[in-house]
Amino acid sequence: MSVLEADSEMLYAAVSGLLAERGLVTKAEILERMAVTDAASPALGAAMVARAWTDPAYADLLVADGTAAAEEVGVMMRGLPPLGVLRNEALLHNLVVCTLCSCYPRAVLGYPPFWFKSPAYRARTVRDPRGVLADWGTVIGEDVRIRVVDSTADYRWMVLPMRPAGTQGWSQERLASIIRASDMIGVTVPTAETVREPT
Amino acid sequence: MTLKAGALVRIKDEWPEALGPVHCRTPHYVRGKAGTVVRHLGDFPDPGDIAFAREPALRRLYHVAIPLDRLWPEEPQGELVIEIYDHWLERGA
Amino acid sequence: MSDPIVEDGRPRAHHDLGGVPRFLCEEIDTEPHVLTDFDREVDALRQLLSSKGLMSVDELRRGIEEIPEETYLRLSYYQKWMRSITATLIRKGVFTADEIAARLVAP
Repeated sequence: MSVLEADSEMLYAAVSGLLAERGLVTKAEILERMAVTDAASPALGAAMVARAWTDPAYADLLVADGTAAAEEVGVMMRGLPPLGVLRNEALLHNLVVCTLCSCYPRAVLGYPPFWFKSPAYRARTVRDPRGVLADWGTVIGEDVRIRVVDSTADYRWMVLPMRPAGTQGWSQERLASIIRASDMIGVTVPTAETVREPT
Repeated sequence: MTLKAGALVRIKDEWPEALGPVHCRTPHYVRGKAGTVVRHLGDFPDPGDIAFAREPALRRLYHVAIPLDRLWPEEPQGELVIEIYDHWLERGA
Repeated sequence: MSDPIVEDGRPRAHHDLGGVPRFLCEEIDTEPHVLTDFDREVDALRQLLSSKGLMSVDELRRGIEEIPEETYLRLSYYQKWMRSITATLIRKGVFTADEIAARLVAP
């Protein structure tokens, strides 16, 4: 049977079995790595955004050096691609896509969502960004410039959304609770009423 | 030499896919298009080399901005910003 | 890379999806999809292969791009990874195609 036609789970069993027998990758290492990977979630990016909303110096660091800003909140960035942060402004809205594969800021957002990896998202975003936003019901004012960032190379990109109205006096923790992965990719914008889905 | 922010560039209109197996990080839809350097992002080993287990060349990586209406016949509003390695860039629009 | 798709005399690789007309009218499935154990295992395996110097992320991508278009579009994200990982490790001599084939008939 060819590799292309093989059942995927049998293929995984065959490959991981051979690697384990040779002492190259053990089952225990895989379980440990799964646990580490599962621990990265949009909550990390949300905490960074919430801090940036309440701490202008941190916001400046986030935009100037996303990697350093992530490390400052305890995210291990060593050996990972550099993190770039795109700040939304009153007249500028950023939207991230990877048309070639699915490059995603996993260190701060966790696993890429299904939609981010889909051919429709990868094809449409660079050509019809407002149409893509409409699939989420997101409407950006006509006077706002849309900047689509195609993540083609060594960086990983996240969006720093604008702080929504109606959140004056909120704690960082409460602010973080309204920030979703989709806000940090740019397909949605946070509001005082949004709730982040558990991941 | 490092290109400065605001420098006018053109992404090469080359199609290495026609010549044989490649791993290319310059999408088809920007090739031959003029743009503006946003900034130099750093220097990185060429993924096209790493993918074929060759000793990688070190490439300067730039963020390049291109208006969307320059890319598509329906002339959408907005701009694209994209990471492009220096060996895909020519000076001048 | 598998054979490129020639449009207007230009050979586009099939994974190079930006602006491709075939998908422009396709609605995006914005719903959350839960990852399976298989997905998470493959993801972890890929990271370990990279950190141990057995296979780079660029080799993973090259292997995904070598999957023919119809299969590329049919397989899930991590199913593509699994095929690329297998093909890459065979090419690099970590194990042989025969060793894999033997386990696919008698796991």
